[in-house]
Amino acid sequence: MPILSLQSVSRSFGALKVTDDVSFDLEAGEALGIIGPNGAGKSTLFNLITGNIAPDAGRVLMDGRDVTKAPPMERVKAGIGRSFQIPQPFGGLSVYENLLVAARFGGGVPANDAPEFCMDILARTGLGAVAEKSSGGLPLLQRKRLELARAMATKPRVILLDEIAGGLTDAECVELVATIRAIHAEGTAIIWIEHVLHALNSVVERLMVLNFGRMLMIGQPDQVMASPEVREIYLGIEA
Amino acid sequence: MMLIDTLAQGLLLGGLYALFAAGLSLVFGIMRLVNLAHGDLIILAAYLILTIATVTGLHPFLAVVLAAPVMFALGWLLQTHLLNRVLGTDILPPLLVTFGLSVVIQNGLLSGFTADSQKLTAGSIEAASVSLGFVTLGVMPLLTFASAVAVVFALNQLFYRTALGRAFRATSDDQVTAQLMGIRPQNIFAIATGIALVVATIAALYLGTRANFDPSIGPARLLYAFEAVIIGGLGSLWGTLAGGIVIGMAQAVGASINPEWQILSGHIAFVIVLLFRPRGLFPRAND
Repeated sequence: MPILSLQSVSRSFGALKVTDDVSFDLEAGEALGIIGPNGAGKSTLFNLITGNIAPDAGRVLMDGRDVTKAPPMERVKAGIGRSFQIPQPFGGLSVYENLLVAARFGGGVPANDAPEFCMDILARTGLGAVAEKSSGGLPLLQRKRLELARAMATKPRVILLDEIAGGLTDAECVELVATIRAIHAEGTAIIWIEHVLHALNSVVERLMVLNFGRMLMIGQPDQVMASPEVREIYLGIEA
Repeated sequence: MMLIDTLAQGLLLGGLYALFAAGLSLVFGIMRLVNLAHGDLIILAAYLILTIATVTGLHPFLAVVLAAPVMFALGWLLQTHLLNRVLGTDILPPLLVTFGLSVVIQNGLLSGFTADSQKLTAGSIEAASVSLGFVTLGVMPLLTFASAVAVVFALNQLFYRTALGRAFRATSDDQVTAQLMGIRPQNIFAIATGIALVVATIAALYLGTRANFDPSIGPARLLYAFEAVIIGGLGSLWGTLAGGIVIGMAQAVGASINPEWQILSGHIAFVIVLLFRPRGLFPRAND
């Protein structure tokens, strides 16, 4: 049974169809990449999966259970973790406290285990040295890492990464990809929206192309990237 | 010597204003809700303590222990069934609803308890005082101030040392993201309002033992509370205590010059602070 299923999910904002009849299954432990031009509805798709917005039509299933009407906090507890494209740390909390909140409330980690659990994730994401710093003043790379770390602290079985490599230098990107690969290797399923294709394609097993809210194609990354249609629409290259 | 005595009395009075303000500050800090009924809720708590003390014969200091959980439950219900429905991006609906609530509470108290002045009687402790050589301080004002410090300290410990406190701060920072961390903001808000009304109950104890009260005096308490919160800086609880002390001292100094100037002096101090520190004395860094 797939860990996550979208069945004919649609959503409009006024006259604009931002998600148009999207269906796919995500198997446990699978890594799926999503690409598409700006405004293709990629982040909206994440909002539909996390429950931040409700679909006009279609169903969202987790482990075969219909969660279409479940609020975000229930889906977090069911195992969906998310990092935002624009980092949204709780600026009034320290880096460590950001993780504590995620672990205690989202991951259901008991109070006694939470400190070690959180420090372990901070170490893995390279944030150990800034644990006690206020998260509001972190530079971009560390804010991105905090997004990842905080999503990890909710103990997700599916982690949604929204353009987490965007804006990083090549060296920073390599480090981040290594961390994401490690998370994947532990069996966490990943859905990753990314414009940095070499980073994305070094991790994902399947690639989905969104355009004007519609799923244009889904399949093996090299086949998808080789498709003339994708090259024209996404990369703007004449086929 | 007179000045020291005046300032000492003002300082202790400031504790009472800080108690009025702490609940308001807590609720505003977490959900950006300005509760215009806060003053009336304090008066409601005073009547609740009075009723419990009258019916059971308990001392007000014991009656408050029974009143506090009732007020917590009231706050929880109020937030869950009324205020959560109107909280949103528009700040006007909660203002209107809490203004309406203020009117309802005042008139409810009026029909239930009449307009007669009431007082909580605490016995001999009301007249007790301690002499520090150069000043003599009343035991009740000292207790009031000590309670204010204890309440602010306890709320700060709750905020910065507990999982619930972190949830309060996370929700205050970003409600949408907090939900993705498994937090249900509506529950957090309900608990916060419950705690605010427990603090209001403690404030009511000292309000009711210090002077007479009747159903109409809530809005003036709200004004002092509001000024204390603004002077201290929005969202800072120690700032709220400092704000209460500023108003208390200004009132005491004003009253010592001319008794008619007491209330006015507090408001003037508020305006002066606003002129020079529009964000208050201890503004939060990330607002």
